[in-house]
Amino acid sequence: MSSNGLVIEAENMVKRFGRFVANDNLTFSVSKGEIFGFLGANGAGKTTAIRILCGLSRPTSGKIRVAGYDVYTETEKIKRRIGYMSQRFSLYEDLTVIENFRFFGGIYGLKRAVIMERAQNMLSRLGIKHFENTVISELPLGIRQKLAFSVSILHTPELVFLDEPTGGVDPITRRQFWEMIHEAAASGITVFVTTHYMDEAEYCNRVSIMVDGKIEALDTPEKLKTKYQAQNMNEVFLKLARKTN
Amino acid sequence: MATEVSIHCENLTKTYGSVTALAGISFKVSKGEIFGFIGPDGAGKTSLFRILATLLLPDNGTASVEGLDVVNDYKKLRHLLGYMPGRFSLYQDLSVAENLQFFAGIFKADINENYYLIRDIYEQIAPFARRRAGKLSGGMKQKLALCCALIHKPVVLILDEPTTGVDAISRQEFWEMLIRLKQEHITILVATPYMDEAVLCDRVALIQHGEIMAIDTPENITLAYPYQLFRIKSSNTLNTIRLMKEFEGILSAEMFGDTVHVSAEKGRINANAIIKYLSEKGMKVTAVSEADPGIEDCFIHLMKRSGVVSNKIKTP
Repeated sequence: MSSNGLVIEAENMVKRFGRFVANDNLTFSVSKGEIFGFLGANGAGKTTAIRILCGLSRPTSGKIRVAGYDVYTETEKIKRRIGYMSQRFSLYEDLTVIENFRFFGGIYGLKRAVIMERAQNMLSRLGIKHFENTVISELPLGIRQKLAFSVSILHTPELVFLDEPTGGVDPITRRQFWEMIHEAAASGITVFVTTHYMDEAEYCNRVSIMVDGKIEALDTPEKLKTKYQAQNMNEVFLKLARKTN
Repeated sequence: MATEVSIHCENLTKTYGSVTALAGISFKVSKGEIFGFIGPDGAGKTSLFRILATLLLPDNGTASVEGLDVVNDYKKLRHLLGYMPGRFSLYQDLSVAENLQFFAGIFKADINENYYLIRDIYEQIAPFARRRAGKLSGGMKQKLALCCALIHKPVVLILDEPTTGVDAISRQEFWEMLIRLKQEHITILVATPYMDEAVLCDRVALIQHGEIMAIDTPENITLAYPYQLFRIKSSNTLNTIRLMKEFEGILSAEMFGDTVHVSAEKGRINANAIIKYLSEKGMKVTAVSEADPGIEDCFIHLMKRSGVVSNKIKTP
């Protein structure tokens, strides 16, 4: 992390594909321990931005640092300091719970003893120690998603990207999941999350809304609701994202 | 006046090996109703819809749509049904216009004659009529799929998670289309994992683990919530949850946006007692108010009551 407490610093971030501008001058920053909601309609440019921030795609221009490292020259260092979890693929389905922990821990270069200790802690926190040797494909979706999140922060990253982490899960799991996110944030891990559930935006400390490659709004949910005279974040989103359609 | 029944299921069951997808489901849907099946992935929605669309045989029980049995009368029934599967199932390498012509063709339907049904929707994708379906955005694919399901003027529309994975704007537009279609007296059966879409339906069934936990209008479902719900806003949500779980008389304390939702037996606790308790523990409480339960609160309550919560999270 850089000395100013910012885990993400993006200044005039631009990404062009030919004549198409996917990210049009994005300027924003995310602080340590913050839960940052990254919202936008399909095709607004969210995935492009996330790929740049993860060090997977080179921006066209702009000054961007993640976990204190430069996205042009220090992508390998960035990758070691971040975690990533998506709705679609997160765990190997034909490996057991503990094998997944060992696999992902190994990739990040954690020692076996460290992996086992953290895995045991996480499993007992989730109350699913008895599933330790169960193959992932036999577990309910809700448990899988909670495990996937645990695995994504196993190497205690500075920043974790969650890409629609709660799609299709039952509402009890959804609320528990957000409790886990808040616990991770309280322990100092910065959370960068995308979702199509607008009510989930209310769980974030700050929210940005992207429309056609630009950040149209960025503030706390409370202030956004006041500014756009909306009852909830869904209304804020519709007001902002619809005006260009 | 007795409402006419469009869909009628009695004791439907379906298992896949040791997995029970449908554990004896019974319900009726009236003609012209928008009826929602609300539940998470794996609840049984797709199995049920595939049975009703005559694409899957039930193990036991009976189902009829428009008076036709889904097993014995499937050939006749298919002409009356418009089905939109959960996974995008149009021909990716045909254009928008070709897909529509194809589906009209197999049903021997006249696109011009039925165009009024899809006009509002199709006009939104008409500028891309020559684009291949596989190259459309999520929202546009879904609009095209709806057009293809409607072009033979079905009596009953079966929509399996049409709004999953699409953004909030496309979801909103999709529901506006469904509400317009209701005026054409088409019966609409729709599945969704989004609890907030329940209020857009005339009636809903809350489904989990192959069982219907409740079936009623959205208003009646929230009215039947048996507990009192409080919303607590404080300086530290995580600590508030931890403290409230130790509060005498509490049934649950959960994170809900930037607040904590706490449920208790009616009249058991009150807002002042909560404020006093949390303040004594050193918490800065911004507001405690009674909250109206939403469909999600009801769903959670019903899940707990039927004991389907497979594991609990432990707070340290």
